Amino acid sequence: MKHIDEYRDGTLARSIAATIAREAACDRHYQFMEFCGGHTHAISRYGIEDLLPGNVQMVHGPGCPVCVLPIGRIDDAIKLAMRPEVTLCTYADLMRVPASAGANLLKAKAAGADIRMVYSTLDAIRIAETEPHREVVFFAIGFETTTPPTAVAIRLARKKRLRNFTVFCNHVLTPPAIRAILDAPVLPEGGQVRVDGFIGPAHVSTITGTTPYLSLAAEFAKPVVVAGFEPLDVVQAILMLLRQVNEGRHDVENQYIRFVTTAGNVIAQREMAEMFELRESFEWRGLGELPMSALRLRDAYADLDAERRFAVETVPAADNPACECGTILRGLKKPAECKLFGTLCTPETPMGSCMVSPEGACAAHWTYGRFRARDRVAV
Amino acid sequence: MCLAIPILVEELLPDDMARVTLNGVSKVVSIALLEDVRLGDYLLIHVGYALARLDPEEAERTIAMMREAAVPGLADMAESRP
Amino acid sequence: MRGALDLWPLPRPRSGGRLSPPRRRVRRLDIRNGRVDLSHGAGGRASAQLIDEIFLDAFDNPLLARGDDQAAFDVQAGRMVMSTDGYVISPLFFPGGDIGSLAVHGTVNDVAMSGARPLHLAASYIIEEGFALADLHRIAHSMGRAAREAGVAIVTGDTKVVERGKGDGVFITTTGIGIVPSGLDLSADRATSGDRVILSGCVGDHGVAVMSKRANLGFETELLSDSAALHGLVAEMVRVAGASLRVMRDPTRGGLAAALNEIAQRSGVGFLIDESAIPVRPEVAAACELLGLDPLYVANEGKLVAIVAPDAADTLLVAMRAHPLGRGAALIGQAIADEQCFVQMTTSFGGGRIVDWLAGEQLPRIC
Repeated sequence: MKHIDEYRDGTLARSIAATIAREAACDRHYQFMEFCGGHTHAISRYGIEDLLPGNVQMVHGPGCPVCVLPIGRIDDAIKLAMRPEVTLCTYADLMRVPASAGANLLKAKAAGADIRMVYSTLDAIRIAETEPHREVVFFAIGFETTTPPTAVAIRLARKKRLRNFTVFCNHVLTPPAIRAILDAPVLPEGGQVRVDGFIGPAHVSTITGTTPYLSLAAEFAKPVVVAGFEPLDVVQAILMLLRQVNEGRHDVENQYIRFVTTAGNVIAQREMAEMFELRESFEWRGLGELPMSALRLRDAYADLDAERRFAVETVPAADNPACECGTILRGLKKPAECKLFGTLCTPETPMGSCMVSPEGACAAHWTYGRFRARDRVAV
Repeated sequence: MCLAIPILVEELLPDDMARVTLNGVSKVVSIALLEDVRLGDYLLIHVGYALARLDPEEAERTIAMMREAAVPGLADMAESRP
Repeated sequence: MRGALDLWPLPRPRSGGRLSPPRRRVRRLDIRNGRVDLSHGAGGRASAQLIDEIFLDAFDNPLLARGDDQAAFDVQAGRMVMSTDGYVISPLFFPGGDIGSLAVHGTVNDVAMSGARPLHLAASYIIEEGFALADLHRIAHSMGRAAREAGVAIVTGDTKVVERGKGDGVFITTTGIGIVPSGLDLSADRATSGDRVILSGCVGDHGVAVMSKRANLGFETELLSDSAALHGLVAEMVRVAGASLRVMRDPTRGGLAAALNEIAQRSGVGFLIDESAIPVRPEVAAACELLGLDPLYVANEGKLVAIVAPDAADTLLVAMRAHPLGRGAALIGQAIADEQCFVQMTTSFGGGRIVDWLAGEQLPRIC
């Protein structure tokens, strides 16, 4: 596969890893956070940590929009889906995310709710067109990568004069989440996590460009390297971060130059600005209330807003008190440090969303990496 | 939310759509978020939409950067894999 | 099969020289435009007509033609195996096969995995009211063809019709029996550390071919399902390496990952496999990339994985590659001592990961 396979070359990766090992100062420890769930998944799935020297470690960040969606909003989606006239369209990733009282969308579907898994917002539009008697609600989640597709769907719905299509908007923004981690990396019982630098999100950055990270890098004096999703991209980015730390720099660098530009996708940004505005505050699972961190539909598009049409009133719901998703999302704890990991909380019976989403730190560790908890057989 | 892959544009279709193909598997996706898409472009596709276009020169530069980062000689010593 | 079949008695000599009763003249089923209705499952004349004109016509063999409710036959001495499976696949028709051929291949394969030569199949159908006779005819003939090519006969069966909305077109259950050659004892608990893991060919074809027909996933490919009867390949494998074979599995639902994890658990071993040794077609790899699926978890219907003692691995590979269904056979890893029974994999990238049991149905992900 062109433009994919070249970036999966294990031999080249081991060579770059050897350079990392050589350039990592032996008297210090480096901790880098990959913000984006796609990177978490790539690191686990390819076993990238096996290539790194012992003093270079990765800490998983909260960039998995399924993981940061608060329970209350999934409860809302389930309530909407249980309305007999509603057809709820959702990405498959959300089907097993635990809501209140052990509910989830998959169980709601089994109980008779009309829930349809879609690959694209265009599928939801198509359903609204072909089933005019149904109230089609699209469960919109995601960072800046999935927001423009929602915007295009809204524009199409307007153009086609669809009266039966609305969006339940849970889109969130990346920079406020990075800021939240840098602002308060303190454990409840004391102690801090030190993050020496960030691997910046790949596809979010194709939309936003690299500019939004400049102020963060400067203010917190931490380097950011925007990296692609293929394993070689990640390894290269780790080397670039290491070099910045060694040289005392905190710049924004772009490893994903083949797709990411400084300005980003201007058309997509324009669409987002037209349809959406910032909420004053929004609850994030694990990160708490963050100001100016999420989007809602503008008044001009109120007729396409599910929250307004169905008078959605979100009731905040707390996580299981033993669930450590919150600290894990902040990179303060590792999955194995959560008391529920592997016992009450497994992919079959997830207690928190870090375990449900394949990009969640817990799911990634369970599915690909939990064998590292003890000695592996030498290869 | 970040699963996306670069894929070749095989055919431009009406209403801002395009057919893209990877190893004989093809899909129809929206190109509403990009301008000036041409046949032969490689697009980054995510949830049915093209988000960005591959810059082939920058792609070559990326591979070159990676090779520079590699320890000289080590690549030859390592086992070659198919 | 119903007693009403006596309406069309087979010609046989009767004492006293009486002739068999004349055939009734009945309008034949309208296969092109007709539909299955509740009378076809009621056990009366309509049922008999359905069985006769669709199933007997497609499966034509002496045991079935006797028209009894059961099939009686002699078996050679030895160990018999029996397997059953229900087929509920949707869509019913997919590139490279349909629910009918799948129902034959799947059960033949389950029997063959014990090393047995499949003998006979039983087939039962639960058909939804309103199902097109043209589709039923097509499925039945596909089954008949698959059975003939596999050298097995569908010797007995049953049909029921359920009300519209209570069945997804048609569900088929097939049960198969076979005889295991003496001296062969294949079982999932027989793998031991050091045994080699051999895969008969590329993985993921069937699952991807079927998914390509699901409207909401919207991708197109020329890929065909690999649905095939494997007992011929198995017979060859048993011939050259029977004493050294520990277990064979056909990785259907849950893919190669499920098969290896099952064996690991039952045998109390771990596995160490090499990702770059696992053959995957480029189209399958591409489709899995697009859908966010892992080919290791995608269903196969014409592949097997065999665990074999180390000294017989090379011989076995040669024999498999000489067979049409084993051309792509590959040595992909080995069993290792591991109390926790993990299936570990060295990624093509050079790192390590485990290949875990799937939590549930693999949903195409976007993340």
